Amino acid sequence: MKIIVVGCGNVGGALTEQLCKEGHNVTVIDDSKESVEALANKCDIMGVVGDGASYSTQMEAGVEQADLLIAVTDSDEVNLLCCLIAKKAGDCSTIARVRNPVYNREVDFIKEELGLSMTINPELATAHAIARLLKFPSAISVETFAKGKVELSSFKLDAKNVLVGLQLKEVSSRLGCNVLICIVERDGEVHIPGGNFTLKENDVIHVAATPRNIVKFFRAMGMATKAVKDALIVGGGSTTYYLAQELISSGISTKIIERDAERADELSELLPDASIICGDGADRSVLMEEGIARASAFVSMTNMDEENIMLSMFARKVSQAKVVTRIHRIYYDELIKTLDVGSIIFPKFTTAEEIVRYVRAMSNSLGSNVETLYQLVDNRAEALEFWIREESPVVGVPLSELSLKDNLLLACINRKGSILIPGGQDKIMVGDTVIVITTHTGLHDVKDILED
Amino acid sequence: MNYPMIFYILSRVLQLQGVFMALPCVTALIYREHQGVAYLIVMVGSLVLGTLGRYIKRDNQSFYAREGFVTVAFAWILMSLVGALPFVISGEIKSFVDALFESISGFTTTGASILTDVEAMSKTGLIWRSFTHWIGGMGVLVFLLAFLPMTGGSDMYLMRAESPGPSVGKLVPRMRSTAQILYGIYIFVTVAEIGTLLILGMKPFDSLALSFATAGTGGFGILNSSVGAYTMGQQTAITIFMILFGVNFNVYFLFLMKKPKQALKCEELRYYLIIIVVAITVITANIYNSGHYSTVRDALHHSAFQVGSIMTTTGFSTADFNVWPTFSQAVLVLLMFIGACAGSTGGGMKVSRWVLLFKSCRNELGRSVHPRSVRRVHFEGRPMEKSMIHSVERFVVAYLLVFVTSIILVSLDNLSFTETFTSVAATLNNIGPGLGVVGPAGNYSSLSILSKSVLMFDMLAGRLEILPMLVLLLRGTWKK
Repeated sequence: MKIIVVGCGNVGGALTEQLCKEGHNVTVIDDSKESVEALANKCDIMGVVGDGASYSTQMEAGVEQADLLIAVTDSDEVNLLCCLIAKKAGDCSTIARVRNPVYNREVDFIKEELGLSMTINPELATAHAIARLLKFPSAISVETFAKGKVELSSFKLDAKNVLVGLQLKEVSSRLGCNVLICIVERDGEVHIPGGNFTLKENDVIHVAATPRNIVKFFRAMGMATKAVKDALIVGGGSTTYYLAQELISSGISTKIIERDAERADELSELLPDASIICGDGADRSVLMEEGIARASAFVSMTNMDEENIMLSMFARKVSQAKVVTRIHRIYYDELIKTLDVGSIIFPKFTTAEEIVRYVRAMSNSLGSNVETLYQLVDNRAEALEFWIREESPVVGVPLSELSLKDNLLLACINRKGSILIPGGQDKIMVGDTVIVITTHTGLHDVKDILED
Repeated sequence: MNYPMIFYILSRVLQLQGVFMALPCVTALIYREHQGVAYLIVMVGSLVLGTLGRYIKRDNQSFYAREGFVTVAFAWILMSLVGALPFVISGEIKSFVDALFESISGFTTTGASILTDVEAMSKTGLIWRSFTHWIGGMGVLVFLLAFLPMTGGSDMYLMRAESPGPSVGKLVPRMRSTAQILYGIYIFVTVAEIGTLLILGMKPFDSLALSFATAGTGGFGILNSSVGAYTMGQQTAITIFMILFGVNFNVYFLFLMKKPKQALKCEELRYYLIIIVVAITVITANIYNSGHYSTVRDALHHSAFQVGSIMTTTGFSTADFNVWPTFSQAVLVLLMFIGACAGSTGGGMKVSRWVLLFKSCRNELGRSVHPRSVRRVHFEGRPMEKSMIHSVERFVVAYLLVFVTSIILVSLDNLSFTETFTSVAATLNNIGPGLGVVGPAGNYSSLSILSKSVLMFDMLAGRLEILPMLVLLLRGTWKK
């Protein structure tokens, strides 16, 4: 597809890189020559320097031929104007980043009236992602598929875990529940394991199962399965606001530590049910006083990535809490992975992923059959949901007889609402939705799972 | 420095060159010439070696500007070396230095020859000479980008290092599509020229060879008289196509996108055409008045051909401008330095650079009258970044540096000053013929090995726009 991305900051950059990797023709617009150039050096795109909301700049970027315009500049107003102009000038689909909570409340009206295909609020998306984690504290990350019927949770195996030393084919029978270990991260490598794969200490495993089975699975391993009871959040930005709102509504008592008195006051206005502490979250004594040692969840969301990392490491040291760290800007993958900071949330990837998911769905109607796509393990693996609409070489053949690509796994089949973790004798039927997990990128059709 | 990646790309270049060698091999078959064996040997050799290179392990994919420059410089040196081999193996050019000179002159689309008798060459050798122009015109790495899947970030750095002009952009978001469009236009116009020449009654072999040489703005002829022996109609057709190949290919792309208005608005194109028209007019007047030609039509015809040939840095000739009046010679030498449009297949310093320089110079002058005036340089309807102007200025300095050094070295041969000066100008600007002994009727065979080496460097530096070749000489490039 021909896509125009306006704004190449944090989210714009991550988004462009991903869209480009997936084979779309991307043109970026930004008013800073430096950022456009830096991005154009990194990936195979065209850059236009100028004001994205100006008609002539959009024409220069080829809005007439574009299928989609995504506006992710810093300013909501500019984003909306970009989309409005693109709609009129190029008659293309549009996606805008709208983060102002005021607009956000009226987002349905805005979407309808301006003809937007989608709006995205990075803070809200981040808050959702964090809330999902806190509701399932044993996992490092949780994704849902098939409209929530399948969950993919990941967690790290410590030395005491019963799974250590087991071969994968023994796992289900040993624990007495039907789950599938889809991805194993070991020493920085991503494996899609076969049945003879033996698990080791410190592996990060990703498990697919129905929500019920996954609870059974965690219980069988003796890990906590209930949502956290209370959460301590450091930093009171807008993500915190959305997160606290969601946590409180699901009955988790929430405490927010905010440095700025005015903002703390504002938060107390917005969130009457949360307890707001005005203090320096980076101060050890403040944290101890507010009960970090007893908290069952700790979220570090200050504006400084370095501070967040420090705080989370501290929390891991002094408490048993489920720790979530938000990292905005820095991306030293190799390093952060080795730090003990609990789950890490990158808002830019969370946001970019939501948009990419929409783009995938859009290119469906233009020839690809992917229903949804999830990026896993820092974009090094993908989970794809295919809807089997018609007869194809994969339909009606027992799975053991299909020659699948290496590093590819059929995680589950959703047949008329019931979830099947498939074995070698199962067959794919027309009307099924199948979830495929793979390290290959750019699969467009379910046929692509077969070896060429 | 990521050597495995560089070697990998070089091996693909080698492979590609093997494929290109098929053309002289086929020619040898058609004309039953034994020289074809030499080309076959080199072809098989490069295909085998190039294919082996595919197995180079390249886990490290990092590829930056430094690697881009070095790869492009080495790719051109490698191509020239391999391209020279068949001349030596077939025995048509005895000395390796001469063969290399001819090969570099071909790939860099210079057209400066060391051959004293072109007509003695086999048809196989002649078509290879012309074909090197065609390959070098648009650039072999651009070709690689168009037809072979390359990995990630390397593309832009390669294209930028190989393509001429002060700023290199893409036509469409994808590098691969951009390269394909460029080659598509290139092939289309080349075929158009072959067709035109055939219709005008030229022999198929001649029309093929001349079209390749025109397309790359090269200038190797296949007769001792360059293109002087062809009919006036054919010469006029070549004049028009030379000028067409000197135009920025973006203009053609805009026509292709059905935006003719925007295409004709191109500022560089306008200046390019204005300079051509003015030069033709003054030279016509000058050579007619001095009595070299009896009719205005003849004067106009030859003046147009020479101006088109020199301005686009092709270097064909229909007349020996050595005997023209000094004024006409001076104008032609001036045109050598101006060169063609950026983003064309032509060489020289490029019209757009000159326009930018003149505009910034004018602003600077204005500032001496109004010291507080603030004025940005505008080009192609948009304000230019200061960094852009600076990079153009730096280019000119680097260019002068190479130019002056070369003149000093070549002057050791004790040719006349005009000859020394124009031999460097004609090679550094990728034109071919200079004045005097290296003029349209002469050649470069009498120069010493040192001078030939210097001029070979100049040709490569000129085609790659100085920087990639100079980067090779920097110590920092090779430091870990």
